[in-house]
Amino acid sequence: MRKTTRLHNVIKGVTGVLVASTIMFSVSTASAEDAKVGFVYVGPVGDHGWTYRHDLGRQAVEKETGAETTFVESVEEGADAERVIRKLASSGHNIIFTTSFGYMNPTLKVAKQFPNVKFEHATGYKQADNMATYSARFYEGRAVIGTIAGMMSKTGVVGYIASFPIPEVVRGINAFALAMQKVNPDAVVKVVWVNSWYDPGKEGDAAKALIDQGADMITQHTDSPAPLQVAEQRGVQGFGQASDMSAFAPTAQLTAIIDDWDPYYVSRVKAVMDGTWTSGDVWEGIDTGMVGFAPYGDAVPADVRAAADAVKQGIVDGSLHPFTGPITNQAGEQVIGEGETLDDGVLLSMDWYVQGVQGELGQ
Amino acid sequence: MGEVLIAAVLTIITAATPLVYASIGEMISEKAGVLNLGVEGMMLMGAVCGFAAVNATDSSAIGIIVGMLAGSGLSLIFAVLVLGFQATQVATGLALTIFGIGISSLIGQDLVGIAYDGLPKLPIPGLSAIPVAGKLLFNHDILVYGSFVLILVVSWFLRSTRSGLILRAVGDSHDAAHAIGYHVIRIRYMAILFGGAMSGLAGAYLSLSYSPLWIENMSAGRGWIALALVVFATWRPWRVFTGAYLFGGITILQLHAQALGIGVPAQVMSMLPYVATIIVLVLISQDHNKIKLNAPACIGKPFHPTS
Amino acid sequence: MIVSLVKRPEQSQSMVYVSPLIALVFTLIAGIIMFMIMGVDPSEALYAFFVEPLTSSYGWAELGVKATPLILIGVALSIGFRAGVWNIGAEGQLTLGAICGGGIALWLYDVDSFFVLPLMIIFGVLGGMFWAAIPAFLKTRFNANEILTSLMLTYVATLLLSLLVHGPWRDPDGFNFPESRIFSDSATLPVIWSGTSLHLGWVFALAAVAGIWVLMSRTIIGFQIKVVGQAPDAGRHAGFSVNKMVWFVLLLGGGMAGLAGLFEVSGPIGQLLPSISPGYGFTAIIVAFVGRLHPIGVLFAGLLIALSYLGGESAQITMNMPLAVTGVFQGMLLFFLLACDVLIGYRIQWGSSAAASATGSGAVSNEVPNG
Repeated sequence: MRKTTRLHNVIKGVTGVLVASTIMFSVSTASAEDAKVGFVYVGPVGDHGWTYRHDLGRQAVEKETGAETTFVESVEEGADAERVIRKLASSGHNIIFTTSFGYMNPTLKVAKQFPNVKFEHATGYKQADNMATYSARFYEGRAVIGTIAGMMSKTGVVGYIASFPIPEVVRGINAFALAMQKVNPDAVVKVVWVNSWYDPGKEGDAAKALIDQGADMITQHTDSPAPLQVAEQRGVQGFGQASDMSAFAPTAQLTAIIDDWDPYYVSRVKAVMDGTWTSGDVWEGIDTGMVGFAPYGDAVPADVRAAADAVKQGIVDGSLHPFTGPITNQAGEQVIGEGETLDDGVLLSMDWYVQGVQGELGQ
Repeated sequence: MGEVLIAAVLTIITAATPLVYASIGEMISEKAGVLNLGVEGMMLMGAVCGFAAVNATDSSAIGIIVGMLAGSGLSLIFAVLVLGFQATQVATGLALTIFGIGISSLIGQDLVGIAYDGLPKLPIPGLSAIPVAGKLLFNHDILVYGSFVLILVVSWFLRSTRSGLILRAVGDSHDAAHAIGYHVIRIRYMAILFGGAMSGLAGAYLSLSYSPLWIENMSAGRGWIALALVVFATWRPWRVFTGAYLFGGITILQLHAQALGIGVPAQVMSMLPYVATIIVLVLISQDHNKIKLNAPACIGKPFHPTS
Repeated sequence: MIVSLVKRPEQSQSMVYVSPLIALVFTLIAGIIMFMIMGVDPSEALYAFFVEPLTSSYGWAELGVKATPLILIGVALSIGFRAGVWNIGAEGQLTLGAICGGGIALWLYDVDSFFVLPLMIIFGVLGGMFWAAIPAFLKTRFNANEILTSLMLTYVATLLLSLLVHGPWRDPDGFNFPESRIFSDSATLPVIWSGTSLHLGWVFALAAVAGIWVLMSRTIIGFQIKVVGQAPDAGRHAGFSVNKMVWFVLLLGGGMAGLAGLFEVSGPIGQLLPSISPGYGFTAIIVAFVGRLHPIGVLFAGLLIALSYLGGESAQITMNMPLAVTGVFQGMLLFFLLACDVLIGYRIQWGSSAAASATGSGAVSNEVPNG
């Protein structure tokens, strides 16, 4: 609402279609000092989850670099995405972040047509000279909370509320289950898919169903704090998702995995401003802070904190990989043996459960 | 297992309650001959305004009332357009949903991330101590009790009161009702506003009890389900109640089935409530005349005293 | 000040064309007020909504792309609505069209031939028709209300698409992410305006408008639909089969929605994704009514509503306006458009005389206070 292009005041309501379109074209190469940064969001900024965290990153960019930012909310993955990305590219934005997997092909298409604009696509696997990809190793966070769950769950049964059966989510479930089993070999993870990224009512209902079936701890890969609220009401414990959700569950939240895009966004925008931006593929985790944590809840005893901190430390210094063998899949077949670790390619495309996860993946 | 069953039923009650409110409100509006497809928008309006009011005043009573008024307020726009300006009901209702989604997220911009404990449970002394039944029926918050009362009152109203008779007359034949001397327009205004209030209440239930928080678009399509349930119920209050519990029930049971580790893909499980609703509708729709008796004949048709 | 509506003896022909303009004027006025309240420069905001999207040839092409599914579905639905058949599940029929047509593209992925695309189109149409045939069958055979069945089937269709793209139809080289392979060239709709994304679907949309116009104004079946819609009993007496009508309009609507879905996936999207439509099937219902259930009207309504979506994006991009404002503004635009249509059948009378005569409840009164 504040900054609008000067262009508008010039041509507003006066010039015809042709004149306007030529001017539009000439803006697309703005100088780097007053960088314009575009963001494309898959949900509304008020979802208190995925998109909300990306928008905090955008605000950090504005504050720390002084760059002008633009965002478009709730952009459907598909035809609309390509149009919006193109519009951002052609209206003078120097770098554009597209923050959902489904934007991969549209981003690539537009990137080819606008070689002078930089593109950054979240969670995808296709790059170009002017299109980088970035993602967070959230599974590292899952390993930490899995350790806590393994030590603190009395029933050994944890409920996992999941959104859609994509590798990202499956990877998180497996990392959680493996970490939990390390502490408690008999641990069971019950998964309920709600087929939605956010539907507070349904997420809460799923949490209730899981608790009713014996889970004394809840974790989730959906956006809203509703499952934690249910945990709080029912007197069980759980973990926040994407943000610190302790306001919604002051006693139930043991910790939360936090998506922290701020440093990455700031550094990439700065790189564009000083001309050092290069394409690439980053997959950052606890070490860079892209995967962060909320403070431990009061219910977490000292020995559990120490164990969780040790896992964090091990992941940061490389002595611990959450997917270290032996790993057995649901069917009982050994995937890798003692001491081996799964490589990034396997992790990226993970579509099978490890043993101890209950439920069926729709394949 | 008994405990699990009771817990599942309690969850079903909370899942069905918003559907009961919204469907009953819509049913009254349709009984008067007005089809308002804006339920989703009105629910969101009730949800955000109710939550904002509780947040500002700390009074759940005020929150509930404000949620109701907000739903009514939005439905007033619809009423003026379709009754005053003879606008097409179907399209105006859809436009109302677009408008409601937009305005609710504008109002709610600063409410995201704020927590609320939820409406207090009000166990009914004595009765709530009865084994099983006490837990199932007499230990809820005010809005769940309210939904039970609403069904009783509305079915009594439609069946046994003069006003209920007039409402149905207006929906069945507005010209005849007008000729007898009833104020068709005025009655329809009241029906629409009541529908809006109930949708608002459904929304307030979402943001104050079901999952006490505000998130954009948090109704997640429940307004559409409520609309379908009115048709499912063939415009009879008790069937609305049955439909809401059937739909809510299957939704919850499929979550339980997943938690049990049943070997069926989640997408297929999620289809069940929709498929079951269709199947049950087919089973109960056989008697053509019975349905015709209940369906308001003038639904969707504009009324002007001279037409 | 009292305003009242007085029924015109005949529909006003001039108002048929003038009322949308009046609505636009009201929308502009209301928009100016709304933007001023929000502290936004109204002229910039209105420029962003209505002009900026069309300041390039690319923008015009995008308008056509966005309007194509709305028009294709809108013209077909308008016939159903005229016949009194409430198919509100076009979104599901669109999804099935995309699944069936897109399925052909994946099945014939390695086939490089001219017949792939026509085959996809046929299967897209058949898919949509199949999904609409279910409500048609349930209504004609079991008397089940199509509002419920078609709406519920929409959810089922979306979940079915989700099941397929999360499972068997994933791109084998796509790291198990939920999307299909990108369609081969022979399965991709040709672009009809080079340098833009305007595709062949636009031609089909225009053809559909013309075809439906001929159907409704020049054929027996069009006449029957109008009669059955206005007076089902009269239609029955005249020997028209209501069941046949139900089948016809549902299959037509489903087929066109399926076609629209296929065009989306083989045109601008180019692959199958878990979400392929931002609710075109629902928006098309509004398009049908804003277009007054007339094919030409639907054409313009589709373009106008498509423009309001593009305008909403441009307001977000150029003015940092939240999406919510777009929704509110769009809602207002629709309210005015729908309300101003009253001027076709009624004229407005100022003054209090009408109110006085309308308070009597006699059926002879021809005026009524408005709201």
